[in-house]
Amino acid sequence: MENNLRKIIIDDQEVGVNPAMTILQACEHINKEIPRFCYHERLSIAGNCRMCLVEVVGGPPKPMASCALQVKDLRPGPNGEPPVIKTNSKMVKKAREGVMEFLLINHPLDCPICDQGGECDLQDQAIAFGVDFSRYTEPKRAVLDVDLGPLVETHMTRCISCTRCVRFVTEVAGIPEMGQIGRGENSEITSYLGKTLKSELQGNIIDLCPVGALTSKPYAFTARPWELTKTNCIDIMDALGSNIRIDSKGKKIMRILPRNHDGINEEWLSDKSRFIWDGLNKQRLDAPYVRNEEGKLKVSSWSEAFDVILKKINKSSKILALAGDLVSVETLFSTKELIRNLGGRTECRIFNACIPPNDRALYAGTAPITAINDSEIIFIIGSNPRVESPVLNARIRSSWLKGAEVNLIGENSDLTYGYNHLGTNLIELDKIIKNNGKFYKNRKVLIILGQGIFCRTDGYEALEVVKKFKETLSAELISLHVAASRVGAMDLNFVSDSDYKSTVDWSDVILNIGMDEYEIPDDKFVIYQGSHGDRGANRADVILPSCAFSEESGIFMNTEGRPQLSLKACEKIGNARENWAIIRALSEKLDCTLEYNNLDELRKKLFSEYPIFASLDKVKSNSWVKSTKFTKNCLKVDLKNIWSDHYLTNPIARSSNIMATLSKNNKEIYNKKVKS
Amino acid sequence: MILRRIDKKQPSEFKFSKNNLSWAKKQIAKYPQDRQQSAVIPLLYRAQEQEGWVSKPAIEEIAKMLKMAPIRVYEVASFYFMFHLSPVGEKAHIQVCGTTPCMLRGSEKLVEICKKRISKKQKELSSDGKLSWEEVECIGACSNSPVVQVGSDYYEDLSEESFVNLLDKLIDGNPEPGSRKKRFSSEPEGFFKSSKFKIEEKTNASVKLFLEKPFSTDRKK
Repeated sequence: MENNLRKIIIDDQEVGVNPAMTILQACEHINKEIPRFCYHERLSIAGNCRMCLVEVVGGPPKPMASCALQVKDLRPGPNGEPPVIKTNSKMVKKAREGVMEFLLINHPLDCPICDQGGECDLQDQAIAFGVDFSRYTEPKRAVLDVDLGPLVETHMTRCISCTRCVRFVTEVAGIPEMGQIGRGENSEITSYLGKTLKSELQGNIIDLCPVGALTSKPYAFTARPWELTKTNCIDIMDALGSNIRIDSKGKKIMRILPRNHDGINEEWLSDKSRFIWDGLNKQRLDAPYVRNEEGKLKVSSWSEAFDVILKKINKSSKILALAGDLVSVETLFSTKELIRNLGGRTECRIFNACIPPNDRALYAGTAPITAINDSEIIFIIGSNPRVESPVLNARIRSSWLKGAEVNLIGENSDLTYGYNHLGTNLIELDKIIKNNGKFYKNRKVLIILGQGIFCRTDGYEALEVVKKFKETLSAELISLHVAASRVGAMDLNFVSDSDYKSTVDWSDVILNIGMDEYEIPDDKFVIYQGSHGDRGANRADVILPSCAFSEESGIFMNTEGRPQLSLKACEKIGNARENWAIIRALSEKLDCTLEYNNLDELRKKLFSEYPIFASLDKVKSNSWVKSTKFTKNCLKVDLKNIWSDHYLTNPIARSSNIMATLSKNNKEIYNKKVKS
Repeated sequence: MILRRIDKKQPSEFKFSKNNLSWAKKQIAKYPQDRQQSAVIPLLYRAQEQEGWVSKPAIEEIAKMLKMAPIRVYEVASFYFMFHLSPVGEKAHIQVCGTTPCMLRGSEKLVEICKKRISKKQKELSSDGKLSWEEVECIGACSNSPVVQVGSDYYEDLSEESFVNLLDKLIDGNPEPGSRKKRFSSEPEGFFKSSKFKIEEKTNASVKLFLEKPFSTDRKK
């Protein structure tokens, strides 16, 4: 590689770069800033804003767009000297001032009422590269706004036609529904004939828009970027563990934005993760509740609630702790210690999910998410990644665009890319195993294993089929979970020895840590610990209000087995307490006090017992457990996707008005079946 | 220049006629695998020749034929002024050249006649729906100015009288294109009388093409 580098001179600095790089990338390589609007690292190159002009010495006597000019196309000097680029010359300055003046001709001067104000590329670059006067006296152009739906607000007069949004929805989201119509001064960015956007990733065009043309509708006019406190958190709406930044003002969360993480979410975020923050302020449990003799839940105090629990729990009571979808590792760890002290059982495999404990290579996969990028053949088994993890789906799509072949086994649905549908059951897999995978030899094969396999009654049998399949093709495996807490709970061995149903039957007291998705039988005494008044709280006999994920620090293990730390973004609500602190207080009442008094001490103990959580942001490779024999019966059972509605899958999302609207609007697209 | 938006009133469906469909398939076959969308402009133009204008169902039908998103086809149709996004006259859509040579030779008077006879505004239908007009940029027949174009035919050397006459004929039938001053092509007036140069053909090639092969019913003007 070293020999292939081409020498160029950028502003008197000689540098060797890959000839396939563009000049803009080469300049970035040596930390020279080039202004740009249309260029974006993760989108195709358009070259239409002309802001990135540089001077190519000895080249054509005009400034060149550095984003669209490759280093290999530069000519050497007359005696073979390296080509010279100038990014700060008089010509460049004049050219950029000219471009900026043109851009500002039709751009309204409404920064004081624009939501982009303070974080606007056009503002910043006008200050850095623009002129401080205007020569334009003619009338300005005005453009009608388009209705893109409940998430993206448009002010199209502000648009500078960079086409980032058009390229994003076409290339990354895979739903070509935006375009640029007309020509010249009259060109407009619009959706097709007034249709609203349907993508689950549409919120990203708000971030991509370099001006205030596309802004967030729910966030409109509520805050200025410089007033916001920014906290690095981890998203728990799906198991991908997208890196997010929660922006809060005082106690209130104002918005959620993605952070860049090349290994997980790149810089995208699904709409569900981005717009659920209104759900964090609604339906909150802000005080303990106790069910009285009439069967009604009544507000009480912490000591009262604990007293009721103490009366119910004695030496002989069979206590079971259930782990919900949104719980942090620390919570589960302290719960597990408490239950161990009480001699009870724990379970995270809600509703008969068949996940073998100790087989980490199966439930956390053998490859990181980035393995999708360079795999040649992808098998998606029992999952609809578009619904279960839209950002991961975008990664599969980008791999498909590069030529990867995608095969789907399970329910037929619109995934935004083409795939071969190999049936709804495992018969096709068995066929491939039988002919020894002859069509897939020496190819990089990746299996994405969805909940369709785990969540069925004969799941363990079906998993053996998949394991055998993996061994036959010597493929990599990614398990796609939907619960943010699941892999972490499995790593903590938060499971019982028998299956979910018999464990529930065995118990008489259930400590329900935020599990809202499935019913609990009537004859149990249920203590619900959670943040939202949802199904779980409705069934509870005692409710212990706890912090939502944004109000406490916690570690979450994502679907590939990468532990990540989420920080506390804002204060707790009412009488709610941190999850681990509630468990700690309960342990004291029950005379089996846990030996830590703060989160640091808890984490120290956690890391010493389970060192895997200490290596933050690292994906550990897992050793493969060989498959065993399976019977033919499991082959014929159809795989079912776990989620049909992307938007209403957890208590926070169900409390959100925005999610309810989106769910209503998108009913028909998930029900639409497509031909493969 | 104003942004042209697609007409609010849209037909319920669009279908290529049998001949046009087989022609369109030939066009699509010209391009290599996965590059079929290159045929979008010929197909849009043929749809316009068939219907007079490019409608929403036509855009969607063509998008389906070429496996493109409808917005991509709409982008193309809205970019080129030669695609009409609203209905045009049932008999003829008259494109009056208004660029300098034609203007000097009296195209402004032709525009006045259009305003009086057809509609006050460009691209609006006449009251009977049979004609519509628009002013276009140079259509490249300057030496025969003023010129109007109807479909793919040029009517040249127009005067006020001959233009009014032409409008009447367009409503009733299919008038012969070419010079209204009996010029063969763009030679000086009376050239063949004053020079020894003789020509055997009665009409020039484009008029001949019109006389020999009038458009079938698949293609309006």
